[in-house]
Amino acid sequence: MSALTRHIPASHSGLWAGPSRFRSLTEAGVGAFLLLCATITVLTTAGIILVLGLETLEFFEKSKVGLLHFLTGTVLNPEGGKYGILPLIWGTFQVAAGSSVIALPIGLLSAIYLSEYAPSRVRAVLKPALELLAGIPTIVYGYLALLLVTPVLKAIFEPMGIPVSTFNVASACIVVGVMIIPLVSSLSEDVLSAVPRGLREAGYALGATKFEVSTRIVLPAGLSGVMASFILAVSRAIGETMAVVLAAGMRPQITLNPFDSCETMTTYIVSVTGGEASYGSPEYLSLFAVGMALFLSTLALNLLSEIVLRRYREVYR
Amino acid sequence: MSLPEIPVVSASSKVPAPSGVPAPSPAPAPVPPEAGPVLAAYHLSVWYGTSLALKDVTIEIPRNQITALIGPSGCGKSTLLRCFNRMNDLIPGARTEGVILCDGKEITSPDTDPVALRRRIGMVFQKPNPFPKSIHENVAWGARINGYRGNMDDLVERSLRRAALWDEVKDKLHRSGMDLSGGQQQRLCIARTLAVEPEVILMDEPCSALDPISTARVEDLMDDLKSEYTIVIVTHNMQQARRVSDMTACLMLDEDSRDKNRIGVIAEFSSTDLLFTNPKDPRTEAYITGRIG
Ligand SMILES: Nc1ncnc2c1ncn2[C@@H]1O[C@H](COP(=O)(O)OP(=O)(O)OP(=O)(O)O)[C@@H](O)[C@H]1O
Ligand SMILES: [Mg+2]
Repeated sequence: MSALTRHIPASHSGLWAGPSRFRSLTEAGVGAFLLLCATITVLTTAGIILVLGLETLEFFEKSKVGLLHFLTGTVLNPEGGKYGILPLIWGTFQVAAGSSVIALPIGLLSAIYLSEYAPSRVRAVLKPALELLAGIPTIVYGYLALLLVTPVLKAIFEPMGIPVSTFNVASACIVVGVMIIPLVSSLSEDVLSAVPRGLREAGYALGATKFEVSTRIVLPAGLSGVMASFILAVSRAIGETMAVVLAAGMRPQITLNPFDSCETMTTYIVSVTGGEASYGSPEYLSLFAVGMALFLSTLALNLLSEIVLRRYREVYR
Repeated sequence: MSLPEIPVVSASSKVPAPSGVPAPSPAPAPVPPEAGPVLAAYHLSVWYGTSLALKDVTIEIPRNQITALIGPSGCGKSTLLRCFNRMNDLIPGARTEGVILCDGKEITSPDTDPVALRRRIGMVFQKPNPFPKSIHENVAWGARINGYRGNMDDLVERSLRRAALWDEVKDKLHRSGMDLSGGQQQRLCIARTLAVEPEVILMDEPCSALDPISTARVEDLMDDLKSEYTIVIVTHNMQQARRVSDMTACLMLDEDSRDKNRIGVIAEFSSTDLLFTNPKDPRTEAYITGRIG
């Protein structure tokens, strides 16, 4: 300290405040405060896992269902004491996969269009418009499925002799897919536009076309962000509840027919919550066990993406 | 576009064959395009949005020679360079007026394919910009998209050797080009440009991030390449311009009387020897002797 004060030139001593105790105190305080915030999020997550875990254990204890049977059983009938959630896993997978097939390519291509091809004026209109889609309450998408998508599907397929039930997987996939497009396109577009202009110029200067620059330089450089947007979108599809209830119904069954109804993990949780399961009963507790399965599947998805990223990421500075 | 009294065709044909190239044997026919300037700009002006960056530039870049562009910062050297491979097309709001010829063909016309043009006119940028890919892929990428069918490993090695980088990276070709030092990155960018074998290489301060040893090697390389390529180099280093170039253009900032904008113009363009020993323009003299800029 004394060394520092000695070096302040005499001519400046009136203009420059000396070393400030207040500044170093706030600096330390800010650090502690930020740590607190970070800790809160970690604690919340830990708390959720703990509650889910405890209740899940209790479920297995009370219902006498084995873990293997729980995950692979094909009959889900809480009244009859049958807790095989494979139909839920299958339903969740169908909706997530079907909506991803729609949303990921469309979202990514529109992101590439917006960041590489669109004139700035088109972009200024299109991007907020896409983001508006994300703000629509999900239950509205459910009505959309019921009142628009399913009737259209019926009109197309029933004349061909393919029956379409009022609640069906296909319409759930379509509306959830549309719902998560903006998630992919908006986040990916941010990432792609953040790729430095110098990289694009380097590509063009070598005689690359716009398509080559977009797909072979810009996209790989922004891949980690694009993957993050994919994961977010798929997680959203897995977790989507209200739109799926209204579109696909609540019948737990394993079917390959996209025009039949299904039940997902989230819609099962809704149905139990809405039913008359008494507190502490196995049916009530199954809610937590299914919640745990849901949590673990999104966790697995995140880990998977982490592994994929490690392999393909191209880091730029 | 109004281009009064530009004898575009005669302009290129009346230019004598560049020194060093023997005059074509008694062919009575007009000068073949191979003898004229490989690149030329006539009455070229460039705007960024509404501000004029470069005004009424006329310059002819002789074939198989090194042309240096010098001048103070912001006078439009990079802008001029980027006109030759239509890089300014990529900047929203950039606009050019005037005629630019490559081998006698107008390149600013809408039916010129900028992709094909850029494949023939390579560019090394002021800021090193390697791809976030492996060193090998950095060099191979351009050749691959242009359909190179030879042995890629050989091409990569040859290009890296020419850019004086091979010895430093030969054991880590799979590592990211981004992990190299700034000077190594710039040489990687040079290697990448050489790999697609362009006819002209535009270099925007290629040595500003290099140490004296690498600089000397890049200068040797340029001398080497001269027999096959035409090189245009922007440099702030007057000694370098003197050492490597055959022709030098000195750009200056012109004070526009109407608005306060400062606009780039060509103050002088002549052979390097002449420009440095006997500058015609007082501004050039002041600049090269270090009194301004
Ligand atoms: N992308 C751009 N958008 C708008 N103005 C630009 C752009 N690039 C360059 N300019 C302007 O054009 C003028 C010339 O710039 P240029 O980069 O050609 O200068 P330079 O001679 O290469 O300078 P330096 O020696 O510092 O690299 C400058 O006034 C600059 O502000
Ligand atoms: Mg420049």
